[in-house]
Amino acid sequence: MQVIAQRPKSLRDIPFTYCPGCLHGVAHRLIAESMDELDIRNKTMGVAPVGCSVFAYKFFDCDMAQAAHGRAPAVATGMKRSRPDMCVFTYQGDGDLAAIGTAEIVHAANRGENITVFFVNNAIYGMTGGQMAPTTLPGMKTSTSPYGRDADDIGYPIKASELLATLEAPYYIERVSLLSPQEILKAKKCVHSALKYNKEKRGFTFIEFISTCPTNWGIEPIKSRDWARENMLKFFEIGCFRDKSKTVEGGK
Amino acid sequence: MAQKVLMKGNEAVAEAAIRAGCRLYFAYPITPQSELIEYMAKMMPKVKGTFIQAESEVAAINMVYGASGCGRRVMTSSSSPGISLKMEGLSYIAGAKLPAVVVNIQRGGPGLGDIQPSQADYFQATKGGGHGDYRLIVLAPNSVQEFADMASEAFDLADKYRNPVMLLADGLLGQMMEPVEFKPAKTEEEIEKLNKQHYDWCMRTNEDGDDRHHHEINSLELDPNVLEKHVLSLHEKYKDIQKNEVRYEKINVKDDNEILCVAYGTASRIVKSAITELQKEGHSVGLVRPITVWPYPSEVIANSITKKTKKVIVFELSLGQMVEDVKLAVNGKLPVDFLGRAGGIVFTPDEVIAKIKESL
Amino acid sequence: MKADIICSGFGGQGVLTIGKFLAQAAMKEGKKVSWLPSYGPEMRGGTANVSVIISDNDIASPLVSNPSILVALNQPSLDKFGPPTQKGGVILVNSDMTPNKLKRDDVDITYAPMSSIAIECGSTRVLNMVSIGMVIGKTKLVKYETMEQDLRDFLEVKSPELLEANLKALQMGMEYFG
Repeated sequence: MQVIAQRPKSLRDIPFTYCPGCLHGVAHRLIAESMDELDIRNKTMGVAPVGCSVFAYKFFDCDMAQAAHGRAPAVATGMKRSRPDMCVFTYQGDGDLAAIGTAEIVHAANRGENITVFFVNNAIYGMTGGQMAPTTLPGMKTSTSPYGRDADDIGYPIKASELLATLEAPYYIERVSLLSPQEILKAKKCVHSALKYNKEKRGFTFIEFISTCPTNWGIEPIKSRDWARENMLKFFEIGCFRDKSKTVEGGK
Repeated sequence: MAQKVLMKGNEAVAEAAIRAGCRLYFAYPITPQSELIEYMAKMMPKVKGTFIQAESEVAAINMVYGASGCGRRVMTSSSSPGISLKMEGLSYIAGAKLPAVVVNIQRGGPGLGDIQPSQADYFQATKGGGHGDYRLIVLAPNSVQEFADMASEAFDLADKYRNPVMLLADGLLGQMMEPVEFKPAKTEEEIEKLNKQHYDWCMRTNEDGDDRHHHEINSLELDPNVLEKHVLSLHEKYKDIQKNEVRYEKINVKDDNEILCVAYGTASRIVKSAITELQKEGHSVGLVRPITVWPYPSEVIANSITKKTKKVIVFELSLGQMVEDVKLAVNGKLPVDFLGRAGGIVFTPDEVIAKIKESL
Repeated sequence: MKADIICSGFGGQGVLTIGKFLAQAAMKEGKKVSWLPSYGPEMRGGTANVSVIISDNDIASPLVSNPSILVALNQPSLDKFGPPTQKGGVILVNSDMTPNKLKRDDVDITYAPMSSIAIECGSTRVLNMVSIGMVIGKTKLVKYETMEQDLRDFLEVKSPELLEANLKALQMGMEYFG
């Protein structure tokens, strides 16, 4: 018998706590596969956020810290400065990173902190039950924007990748999509690059995943990907916003 | 013997922390503790340590969380309004059983208050401060020398109990210069040994095979039964701390004391001056100075009351916080009186003498 | 022996340094010392003052409300700390910046043109050394030699070009009382 697919070594043998159709599992897998490929599992530490992926500290097979809501980049900074020879990553959702943790992500990026941030953007708060996120689209209904997000009242969604790309220090910033197998394969390359740059101590690296939330959107999994393609990708453009390995100045 | 140097409390505690093996420090500037962060900015690079001026006190305490999770000796400092911001992180640090040292150079409050010396953060420091059922170990120095000595003691206690320790000083102790004599600095080998003492739980490099570990730095536990067990284990630890770590100083505490005073930190110095004056006039007044304000020296206070004692008087640079703990210690045996000043005003020995004389 | 000292003046006149040098020299001569500054916005251009205590015994309260020695470098300082100075206390006033005299005859008060003496030594910046010299000359609180050595140790590292003017100021201050 031949094994053609199996759990990456960097994921532990523990069932995920995610809803059916959720893409967190895919994002976890891409990170774990890249850790395996780069052979950094034994010298990596991660930080789990508050949100649906709060239990990420159980899933990755490396030492992990669970951080207060939004503080993961600061916690990761303390870890990286304590163990500069290790790779440190954070895994954060949109409420965590782009609302309550805005200061921490901006300043970690601005210091060029040698960490990788994986940012999962699904335009909604999942764990607390479907409230409006800083990335909720205009007009989109959530439990705290029951009449649709009113951009005149509460502002437009925050484009985290573009925001961070205004800073000088970040080494690599890319927004990827998890909405189809082809896009997932492309995302995998970017995740791999980010962790490779991390291993090579090149600087701050940032991957934004465009993802879905079938449960709180109230749309079945496959259709939720179509919905995201039609709505989210128009607002959150896929692409590389900074890669200093290719251009000195970076940018698109 | 090492040479004495004249130094501000803010600088002395920073130097002592570095000598105690602290190689990571994260903080945000605020008066009246800014000399501390400035000293660290200057000295940390010289010992190949890490200094980061964080974007906020919130970020600073979370950097502490990350570094402490790696088992390193790490410190942050601030003054009252900034300490309030650190309370979220301190709750997580206590919940995750992490060692860390936090310095509070208290100033007048509430709100932005002012920048003069105060002791109005006593409740916050000794009753937990952040959310949840936890305690900080709180040491309250009353001189620059003691402040410096407490830095290494604070790291030792933090490591021993895997618990955050607060050095509770105030603007006067931070700004004042006094002669100070430092203990020898820990060698790199000693520091390496200190780092390794936490290898059975901290985040670090891994290996394949039987020795593989999965260390989680975490305060989350959704199962109430498991969480209760965790909180109970914290409280078992707190009981040990209460049993082993109470520190205090008795000044002129004698059988013939008419009045027993209780004061800590800066306030205790003023009360000591007053007691000396009153002694010259033939009055016997004693002073118990809590050095740990948590764990609190309740028994010492109770046992310092004699048949001659008419009253216990508490002196604080607040409008009455520690006085509640003194009342619990005295337990109704004697009246407990109080003198406090607020707003960053430090009472004079004359004010203290006048207060004591009311009861003589 | 216990000296309760207040040095007061405009921010920038170096009053905190006066206190620091006095405390440091006394410490080296085996005395107990404390140095407590006023701090905050007044340091940036307003009035600044420092409480210094020098004593044979342990110092309890570091606050000085009734000085036994007052160095007042300007009018607001004399107005504020002149009245609470101890009976029989020593007051050294910079007369160049203090047009109004203190209405007390139970203190030992000297009005000296300290700013002018400083300029004579080469710079207004050595005003604080003139004051220190005067404190030593008047009270013998610390030895001149100790102070001179401290000054040399401090300036030879930091700014040796200022040493000469500072030493001259220290000496002229001390010799003011003959």
